Amino acid sequence: MSSKRTVQFKIYRYDPDKDDKPYMQDISVELEESDKKLLDALVRLKAKDDTLSFRRSCREGVCGSDAMNINGKNGLACLTSMDEVVQPIVLRPLPGLPVIRDVIVDMTQFFKQYHSIKPYLINNDPPPERERLQSPEDREELNGLYECILCACCSTSCPSFWWNPDKFVGPAGLLAAYRFLADTRDQATSERLDNLDDPYRLFRCHSIMNCVDVCPKSLNPTKAIGKIKDMMVRRAV
Amino acid sequence: MKVAKRTFDAVIVGAGGAGLRAALQLSEAGMKTAVLTKVFPTRSHTVAAQGGVAASLGNSTEDNWHWHMYDTVKGSDWLGDQDAIEFMVKKANEVVVELEHYGMPFDRTDNGKIYQRPFGGHSQNYGQTPVSRSCAAADRTGHAMLHALYQRNVRANTQFFVEWMAMDLIRNADGDVLGVTAMEMETGEVSIFHAKATIFATGGAGRIYYSSTNAFINTGDGVGMAARAGIPLEDMEFWQFHPTGVAGAGVLITEGVRGEGGILRNSSGERFMERYAPNLKDLASRDVVSRAMTTEINEGRGCGSAKDHVLLDITHLSPETINKRLPGIREISIQFAGIDPIKAPIPVVPTCHYQMGGIPTNYKGQVVVPKDGNSNVPIVGFYAAGECACASVHGANRLGTNSLLDLLVFGKAAGETVVSDFQSGQLKLQPLPEDAADVSLARIARLESQTGGEDVHEVRLEMQRVMQKHAGVFRFADVLKEGVTKIMEVAERAKRTQIKDKSRVWNTARTEALELDNLIEVAKATMVSAEARKESRGAHVRDDAIDCAETPNGRDDVNWLKHTLWYSQGNRLDYKPVNLQPMSADVEPIALAKRTY
Repeated sequence: MSSKRTVQFKIYRYDPDKDDKPYMQDISVELEESDKKLLDALVRLKAKDDTLSFRRSCREGVCGSDAMNINGKNGLACLTSMDEVVQPIVLRPLPGLPVIRDVIVDMTQFFKQYHSIKPYLINNDPPPERERLQSPEDREELNGLYECILCACCSTSCPSFWWNPDKFVGPAGLLAAYRFLADTRDQATSERLDNLDDPYRLFRCHSIMNCVDVCPKSLNPTKAIGKIKDMMVRRAV
Repeated sequence: MKVAKRTFDAVIVGAGGAGLRAALQLSEAGMKTAVLTKVFPTRSHTVAAQGGVAASLGNSTEDNWHWHMYDTVKGSDWLGDQDAIEFMVKKANEVVVELEHYGMPFDRTDNGKIYQRPFGGHSQNYGQTPVSRSCAAADRTGHAMLHALYQRNVRANTQFFVEWMAMDLIRNADGDVLGVTAMEMETGEVSIFHAKATIFATGGAGRIYYSSTNAFINTGDGVGMAARAGIPLEDMEFWQFHPTGVAGAGVLITEGVRGEGGILRNSSGERFMERYAPNLKDLASRDVVSRAMTTEINEGRGCGSAKDHVLLDITHLSPETINKRLPGIREISIQFAGIDPIKAPIPVVPTCHYQMGGIPTNYKGQVVVPKDGNSNVPIVGFYAAGECACASVHGANRLGTNSLLDLLVFGKAAGETVVSDFQSGQLKLQPLPEDAADVSLARIARLESQTGGEDVHEVRLEMQRVMQKHAGVFRFADVLKEGVTKIMEVAERAKRTQIKDKSRVWNTARTEALELDNLIEVAKATMVSAEARKESRGAHVRDDAIDCAETPNGRDDVNWLKHTLWYSQGNRLDYKPVNLQPMSADVEPIALAKRTY
């Protein structure tokens, strides 16, 4: 591989301050040897054109800032290898959320759903002097749940969330709901299930599994949602 | 431009660990609080902490806070204030247990307690043997902690202003702090946040260096704002270079890897740390390990075709241990080094990681400055905690896992101080000066109208290169001197930055230009303070400091056992004494000694 290479982009651009409507911009940039990830390329591009707007922070896949639609699939720019991505690289904002500018979306609805499941431990016993005990096996139940970075790749790839973002909690919020349902320290199981026992909030998930396909942390919201459904059934009988 | 004014009991700037912990105190006490954050709270850089948080719980090995205090003072190379250090290590169990009660998913021991692992510089019995003191959630402790703290704030109904960038500190003629100006990124509008108390929890500025483990957002915003408002910055010459950043990428590999048994090797496969730290070996303090690695590389024993890195080897650990205890590290190694650490060692180099210095505070989180012959007079209405503050608990070198502890203990302490000052009626809403927003509006107006100016990206890059070359792991008198001249030249260029983007909406070019103003203050403070300190101590090691009986390891306690204070105005230095006296009368001070591991 040569040390310099030029890559082609097609990027969704929209600045409400000057554009009547969004457009796709064809643009290319010359990369340095050290530019390994899509985010590196975007930073390089921004050095050339400072009007290109995107969120980014940790550049290592833990903060969840730089989620976008990359060649038709949601993902994090910082975890997308330039060697694996097909050109021209088509970048669009995450689908289904209002666009603020370029690939920056308004995530209000996404966080509203996250907040709606009461994403915090509920335990009304007076806290003990020391830590509450939890066996390693019980703790293991939280693996694959607590690691979510709230990037919204999953919820914005889910048709049910596109149709009903105000009513369907969406995969990220439901994964968080199960994270607390699965925690042996949490006491609000029936309250949490009541909160989700609704034709839309939980049951709009039809196991299409787009969420699993796009999760940059390899988490499985569909499986977590299945477990919540099981808990609903078990308490009904 | 019209400037909206919003009034609160308190404003907190920053929603990482320290800001969120402080916010909890205020929200739970019913104070009307605004938390300003330029990123959604769970995107703050605390999220990237990996290895753990220190507390002498003694869940796996015998431990007590006296040993933790000794390790922290020694780690600081005696520059840490012993009252603040005693305060922190004594509070550790309380704040960690609280987090567990908030729901933090710590790993567990077989008997259900919080899992603890060994970490660099932490020992039993005053330096004798490694101790398991680092409370961990796999290698994602920061992520688990930040989310647990955010979740607890959701429960407490904390009011967040998400994607608002604080711009400037508002002070009155007496120097009291009355709040901040801030810009809403979505609209570009500037508002005044008028408050009885202002807490800074804005994190560090690791982005002053070219090679850094830090996130893009770590631009020292609070530190820069304080410096521009006339507040001195303490001990800014002390920067931690983490031994194990992924070579080329800079991404962090936790010290917890060595805590779990990882070994550093040079080109001949030698475990070279045995030569530099016969006792703690790979788990010596971070400054010691980073210098050893740099020496190996400089003397031709580096690895790879360019011999420019060493190897971190965990291939002898079982895949089960790696997958259970270090899953994130495996992910990062595969992503950023193209290596599966189960099969091959990870290429690593020392990488800028943590700012030991910052805004001077006491252990209560009050910002303190010299006034009328007293070195530590609190500024009315101003508090700071976490990496942006200097309490000083880390002194010249921070121990791993003490940063997460710092932000919990001092975030909470700052919150408690504000709540108590609020409830006693000491805090008052003082009248705003007429020109409260003028500085911020002028900065924005200049960016609007600047022509023929400097490119933000180019100036920032030049700053990063100068810092990397002139104030790195090893420092040289003449290189530092030249560095001062160069960084002042860069600072001049930064005054004339120009942006093409003139949009009001989510203008990241403007954000980056404003951030550069903050970075530049930090870079100047670092270079000037480092050039002036004519000794080696902790992370600051100079070629002209001699290792002899009077100055062990080049440390000159007669002339330099003191904190640096750098003032932006006049680019001037002052100093204040180190507090060698613990908080409690019955706690013995840790006596000065040569530092060996």
